[in-house]
Amino acid sequence: MEQNLALVLFSGTDDKLNAAAVMTAGAAAIGRPVHIFLQYWALDSFRADRIADDHGLAPEAGDAGRRAVDALAAAGQAPWHETLRQAKELGEVDIQACSLSMDLLQITESDLDPLVDGVEGVTSFWLAASDGQVVFI
Amino acid sequence: MTVTTNVTKTVDARGLSCPLPIVKTALAIKELGSGDMIEVLATDPGSTKDFVAWSKTTGHELVESTVDGKVFRYILRKK
Repeated sequence: MEQNLALVLFSGTDDKLNAAAVMTAGAAAIGRPVHIFLQYWALDSFRADRIADDHGLAPEAGDAGRRAVDALAAAGQAPWHETLRQAKELGEVDIQACSLSMDLLQITESDLDPLVDGVEGVTSFWLAASDGQVVFI
Repeated sequence: MTVTTNVTKTVDARGLSCPLPIVKTALAIKELGSGDMIEVLATDPGSTKDFVAWSKTTGHELVESTVDGKVFRYILRKK
């Protein structure tokens, strides 16, 4: 199965990034190329000096959600950036930063974690997405 | 029939959540030769369907899928 998958990551909270990392790793495991486009707060979470920080959870998580996520982490669940690293090792995963969001955050490529392969605009993203599925998280 | 003796490699994915059992297996199977057997131990309850689907997509044959208490055990033969 070669149908490619494009993920647009907008949210920068750890739960949403983990959901995205899991989707990516699963797709990589079955040989589907994944193209990831980082926008806004998701891009902010990929800054080299902050990637391992606590980026919080989506508001609907609440206190119970926080405890559940902490319990999984304490049980040894890999953080989302580690899952993404493994996904890249496994298959074809290309991670690109949205150039507009780079301007917004006032950062350059050297501020980003090496997981990020480059910077592109939205036109380049749509070209890469081609006629594959696009998921917005 | 048990094929445990023919296993080249074991992936211990116990305690790991989805999709890491598949990810670790996919990485490990790269190191093997065609026809080699790999054993996977997992506790992720979603792994049973995942290994069936993964086997179907990749062509690596799922030779055995068993469960002992909370531990799932899979044997796959590399394509």
